[in-house]
Amino acid sequence: MTRPALRLENIVKTFPGVRALDGVSFEVLPGEVHALMGENGAGKSTLMKVLGGIHQPNEGRILVGEEPAVMANPLEAKAKGIVFIHQELSLAEELSVAENIYLGELPRKSFGRVDWATLYARTDEILKKLKVGFDARTMVGTLSIANQQMVEIARALTVDAKAVIFDEPTASLTDSEKVVLFEVIDDLKKDGVGIIYISHRMEEIFKITDRISVLRDGEYRGTLVTKETTEDDVTQLMIGRSLDLSRNHEHAEVGDVALEVRGLSCGDLYRDISFEIRRGEVVGFYGLVGAGRTEIAETLFGLRAPSAGQILLDGEEVHLGSPVDAIARGISLVPEDRKGQGLVLGMNCRDNMTLPQVGDLTAGPFVSDGAEIAIFDQYRDKLDIRTPGWRQTVGNLSGGNQQKIVIGKWLSMHPTLLIVDEPTRGIDVGSKSEIHKLIRQLASQGYAVMVISSEMPEVLHVSDRIVAMYHGELIRTFTSDEVTEDSLIQAISGIRTDGGDKAA
Amino acid sequence: MSEAAQERSARNAGGSSGAKVGTFLAKQGILIAFVLFMVSFALASERFLDPDNILGVIRSSAILGVMALGVTFVVISGNLDLSVGSLMSFSTIVVLDLHDTLGPALAILAMFGMTLAIGAVIGFLVGYLRLNSLIVTLGMLSAIHGLTLTWSGGQNMDIADKAGTWFAVFGQGRALGIPMPILMFALLAAVLGIVLAKTPFGRKVYAVGGNGTAATFSGIRRARTVFTCYLISAFCVATAGLIQASRSMGSQNTVGQGMELEVLAAVILGGASLMGGSGTIFKTVIGVLILGFIQNGLLLIGLQFYVQFVVTWIIIILAVWLDIAAKRGRLLSPIA
Ligand SMILES: Nc1ncnc2c1ncn2[C@@H]1O[C@H](COP(=O)(O)OP(=O)(O)OP(=O)(O)O)[C@@H](O)[C@H]1O
Ligand SMILES: [Mg+2]
Repeated sequence: MTRPALRLENIVKTFPGVRALDGVSFEVLPGEVHALMGENGAGKSTLMKVLGGIHQPNEGRILVGEEPAVMANPLEAKAKGIVFIHQELSLAEELSVAENIYLGELPRKSFGRVDWATLYARTDEILKKLKVGFDARTMVGTLSIANQQMVEIARALTVDAKAVIFDEPTASLTDSEKVVLFEVIDDLKKDGVGIIYISHRMEEIFKITDRISVLRDGEYRGTLVTKETTEDDVTQLMIGRSLDLSRNHEHAEVGDVALEVRGLSCGDLYRDISFEIRRGEVVGFYGLVGAGRTEIAETLFGLRAPSAGQILLDGEEVHLGSPVDAIARGISLVPEDRKGQGLVLGMNCRDNMTLPQVGDLTAGPFVSDGAEIAIFDQYRDKLDIRTPGWRQTVGNLSGGNQQKIVIGKWLSMHPTLLIVDEPTRGIDVGSKSEIHKLIRQLASQGYAVMVISSEMPEVLHVSDRIVAMYHGELIRTFTSDEVTEDSLIQAISGIRTDGGDKAA
Repeated sequence: MSEAAQERSARNAGGSSGAKVGTFLAKQGILIAFVLFMVSFALASERFLDPDNILGVIRSSAILGVMALGVTFVVISGNLDLSVGSLMSFSTIVVLDLHDTLGPALAILAMFGMTLAIGAVIGFLVGYLRLNSLIVTLGMLSAIHGLTLTWSGGQNMDIADKAGTWFAVFGQGRALGIPMPILMFALLAAVLGIVLAKTPFGRKVYAVGGNGTAATFSGIRRARTVFTCYLISAFCVATAGLIQASRSMGSQNTVGQGMELEVLAAVILGGASLMGGSGTIFKTVIGVLILGFIQNGLLLIGLQFYVQFVVTWIIIILAVWLDIAAKRGRLLSPIA
């Protein structure tokens, strides 16, 4: 049998109030793609941070090849051939793509001057492999989240890696970018690099991995050979039960029109968009990244002024100048970028959750502790948020639990119109189905829900109707009974199969 | 087994417990240094722990302290205020000048009005126009100084009839046996501490400083929040100017010069982050006291006045370093 590229043995890692890892062992073979799965907060990222030199374990040891190794910091880990592509982006926005990729190891000329020509040439070579639409000189800050992710991945290709860790790399990638990523992984695999792949997306796991190890509550639960197992087995191991992943066929009672949009345009971002959402209805917006869906949501939330068209809430035309207006009108937006737009990372869980309504949760002039904690407790239970308590800083939560805080924050506003933009990004399968259930439940309680998602199963699963968008245009609206995967894929590529019902 | 155990303990000593000591130091470094200073000062000079000396230190720290309270709001909101020293000179000169023409009550009222107006201008520029606070307040530092000199014609200001006015009460009076400056500092600290910690507005200040975009996405009026912070800062400066004027009953145009940095140092010393989003009024008060006691201690052990400057600033830089180290979670940058 081949020797593992690296091994973690009996790793224990505790944080104040949390036993994040409780004696976990894990190994990856050269040329193997090894999936690491588990619920939000199970300890996947923490285990990888131990391996990447970001956290020091309280107990246990790391073997690289045969050698015990201590990773005192990320640079040491990198020097030992361990490359870590993070769940949360960690790029310098003010620097170019090339500088980010070679940060700390810029090629030099005499007198320590940076050799820009070589730097750009090398970078462009890597970028070509990744088939991305930007070059070495582009400022990272101007790139979309997906493209920034590609920059992180490009970093991995610069070193002679023994093992590459991908922590939820596809969370914000489009399908075509995913294809490229999987090619990259395949290449690395052929070169004998061990790949650790963390994801909550079963299709990917089954497509690209060789083995699957499962963590639960910081404990190792077992390893399965991908070819010999099923999604259901993995789910069972992860959360101890099976899930219903079928399409939505139940419809809530549909009421009055809550939101009507007429001929809405915003420069080049989207053009002449018209649709309506009724109370009790979930309308899914499906399309590729950049189709203009997020921008429509931002307009509806008062963040982006439209250049033409009307927005009507409950039949009355409204002008939404700011989120303050939108919130006052009963609109909630769970934004796309939880770290940048959704959360104040340095604040505790409770304060983040109650932020939009803190002005109303008062007793006299003061914020009412009791009222806040009541809301927090309610949504912690409803969404199964794993945290030692409301005082925990949100930045210390696992990625998926952070997302749940954002969702709780906007659900607790009891909106008439709830807009969710990629609501289950980074959320584990169990919680994902809980959130989908919750969205259906909200609809049946008379809420109007707009779901923006790049995941087809998600759109199919929750929507009563599906709006397909392509390059800023509304191509077609489907009802959930008539939609097929093929027709949806065609629509989001700009092919109008049935122009008949463009206006919803 | 024993080998593994040995290795484990070796790693613990080298790795995680080292990091632990680091983070502990990063969190408590200021207090530890403070205690060390206090002990060595107390050993070096028996007068140091004398109640009169302690009360004296607090009293002379009160003006700086009052200003630091307001700047704490500004810093937590993610901005800077370098104009407070200059603005304090302005309030002092204005209230002294108007005292003889308008009488104490009206003079105080007019001075507060003018100081708040200047604060509103800064708040507008930084909050609504989103200009960089460092540039704005640095510019205001000079502009306000010019304004003060224009007002005074470059002359010192004095109250003519020092015996015939109750104006001295703010700087020199006592209530319940406690000097008024200390009382005012304490009162303002209590009120502003509660505002920051307990009211919705306080929460919004933290949110805006912690992540302005997320705050906007949460329906918080970012501009208004920043604007209000500068108004609070101006109010504190006006109060400090009042204490200063009342204490000396006369003043030079440059009375507040350089205080903006000392104020900022006290706020950072207390643990507020220059990046915004963290800090408390209580910690700022601690920062002010530490700064006051260090200066007093250095004086008492007979350090030359100018050497004091150097030592004080070494301590301040130490504080900023610890602040950043706490952020990184280690004392030295991993990429050093
Ligand atoms: N720096 C930290 N301080 C305190 N607690 C932490 C810290 N980092 C992680 N934790 C806690 O450790 C546990 C495991 O977190 P981790 O990020 O490893 O989860 P995960 O499996 O990656 O989850 P997700 O799928 O949501 O990304 C969580 O309960 C988390 O709150
Ligand atoms: Mg994670």
